[in-house]
Amino acid sequence: MSNIHLHYDVSGEDFTRAGEASGSVKKRLKALGYNTDAIRRVAIAMYEAEINMVIHADGGFVDVDIFPDHVDVLLSDHGPGIPDVEKAMQEGFSTAPDNVRNLGFGAGMGLPNIKKYTDDMRIETEIGKGTDVYLTVKVKDA
Amino acid sequence: MKQYFHSVELDAELCCGCTNCLKRCPTEAIRIRGGKAHILSERCIDCGECIRICPHHAKRARSNSLDEIQQYKIKVAIPAPALFGQFNNLNDIDFVLTGLRALGFDYIYEVSRAAELVSEATRELIREDKLAKPIISSACPAIVRLIKIRFPELCGNVLPLLAPMEVAAKIARREIIKMTGIDDKEIGVFFITPCPAKVTEINNPNSTESSAVTGAIAISKIYPELTSKMDHLKVVEPIAKSGLIGVGWATSGGEAAAMLGDKYLAADGIENVIRVLEELEDEHIHGVDFIELNACSGGCVGGVLAVENPYVAQARIQNLRKYLPVSLNHLHDDQIDHMKWENELTFNAESFRLSDDIIEAMDMMEKMEEICKTLPGLDCGSCGAPTCRALAEDIVKGNAKETDCIHKLKAKIQSVYDQLGTL
Repeated sequence: MSNIHLHYDVSGEDFTRAGEASGSVKKRLKALGYNTDAIRRVAIAMYEAEINMVIHADGGFVDVDIFPDHVDVLLSDHGPGIPDVEKAMQEGFSTAPDNVRNLGFGAGMGLPNIKKYTDDMRIETEIGKGTDVYLTVKVKDA
Repeated sequence: MKQYFHSVELDAELCCGCTNCLKRCPTEAIRIRGGKAHILSERCIDCGECIRICPHHAKRARSNSLDEIQQYKIKVAIPAPALFGQFNNLNDIDFVLTGLRALGFDYIYEVSRAAELVSEATRELIREDKLAKPIISSACPAIVRLIKIRFPELCGNVLPLLAPMEVAAKIARREIIKMTGIDDKEIGVFFITPCPAKVTEINNPNSTESSAVTGAIAISKIYPELTSKMDHLKVVEPIAKSGLIGVGWATSGGEAAAMLGDKYLAADGIENVIRVLEELEDEHIHGVDFIELNACSGGCVGGVLAVENPYVAQARIQNLRKYLPVSLNHLHDDQIDHMKWENELTFNAESFRLSDDIIEAMDMMEKMEEICKTLPGLDCGSCGAPTCRALAEDIVKGNAKETDCIHKLKAKIQSVYDQLGTL
C-alpha cells in the first residue's frame, strides 16, 4: 500500500521547539483531507510523545508513515530508558523535573494519554540505551 | 451554489503586485497572478489584514453609503460598541446616538444592548451545562469562518448563539413593527461597523439563512459627517440603554469578563488566535470554560474600518464604562430561543485539502514534497505564492509552474546560456 513517509529530528536542546513535528504532521493530514478524529488523535498522542522525548531523553527522531487507513509513528531516542514501563504507564506517575512541571507538563498523563488516543502502542526500552515508542492510529469508519 | 460574497475587494489599478498582502494573509488566501493580487475565495475569512497592510490602498472593504438608507421608510442604525471609542472627551454615549439621529436615522438600537442579552444567554446555557467546553465565542465572524475551514474538531465548541449584531437587528425590527405596524420590508437596518468581516457576515451568514441586517456602513465612512453633527447638537436625546457589560464588548476581554467567572481566556490578533486554536485542538489548554477570540488586535476597536488607534479607543471605552450600570438589558420570556443558531456550524473540508480522494491527495502530497526539495526555501513570494510550499501546492494543483520561481528560472536560463557557450 502506498504511503507518505515523513522524518523529523527532534532537538533536545530547546524545549520551546517541542511540538513542531506533531504540528507539521497535523498540517499535512489536514491537507490530505484525512479523517478529522484520526488527525486529532495523532496530533495529541504524537505531541505527548514528542514532549517526553525532549523532557527525558534529550531529543531524538520521529518517523511518520501515513497510509490511507492508518498512521504509524515511531519516536526513537537515545535517552536513559524507562526502568519500569508498567509504572510509567500509570496515571499520575511522573519523573519530570520541576522546571517543566511549572509549564504545566509532567502531570504523569503523558504515556496514559498516548495509550488512550492510539489504537496500538508499543514501547521498546533499554536502560542506558534509549527508548522506541511505536504508535498506530487507525481511521475509524463513521 | 451561490457565489460567496467577500467584502474585501481589490482596486486593480492601485495594485502593483507587491508581496505585502501575500505575506500577511493568515490563511494563505492570496496569490499574485499577472502582476495583481487575487483572493482565493474559499480560503478568505475577511479578516481585513490585507486592507490594513496594503501600502497602496488597493485593498478595500465594500460597505454601504449613507445615501442608501433613503431607500427605506424606517431607517435604523445599530452601532457597534467600538464606535463609542472613536471620539475624544466623550462621556455620554447619547451624544453619538443623537448624532446618528441627526444623520437621518429614525431609530437607534445599540448592538451593546444585544451583547448584554447574548452574555446573559451564554451564562444561562453554561449554568444548564448544555454546551461543549471550552465554549468558543461566536461574535467574531472572521474567527467563526476560520474555525469552519481549518479546525474541524472545534466546530462543536463554538457558542451556538447569534452574534449581537444579528440579535440587535432582529429585536429592532420586532420593536418597530410592534410600534408602527409597518411592513418588515420597509425597514432598513444598518450596522455601523468597524469590521469588514461583519459586512461579509450580513451577505453570507454563518449560522442563519438570511441576516436581519440590511447593510453596513463603515465607521470610517460615516465619521466626518457624524462628528460634524455631534458638534452642533441642540439637545441630546436620552436614547442609550447599554450597561458596562455591553459597551465592554468593544474591546478584547469584554465578552469573556461578562461571563462573570474566572475560567476564561481572551486572545486577540489573528496570529495569536490561530496559536490558541491549534493548542485547543491538541487539548493543551485546560481549566478554561470560555474562550473569547478576536481577529483584530485590541478586539473590535482594532477593526480596519475604525478610525482611532485601537489602544486609544480601548482606553476611552474603559473610561466610558466607569459611569455605566453593569447591565441594562435582560432576557425575558423565550427570547433565548430566538437567539439560537438556525444552522449548525459544519466543517468545510474543501478549503485546504488537496483532493477529495485520499489516494489522489497522497499522490499529490508526495509530488509536493519532491517539488519542495528543489525550491530554494526562501519564501520570498516573488512567484506569487506566499511560501515555497504554497507554490509546490499550486504546481501540483495545476495552478502554477516551476519556472514561476524566479530562482529556478534564473538557474534554467544560466544552464541554457552555459550550453550555448559550449557550442
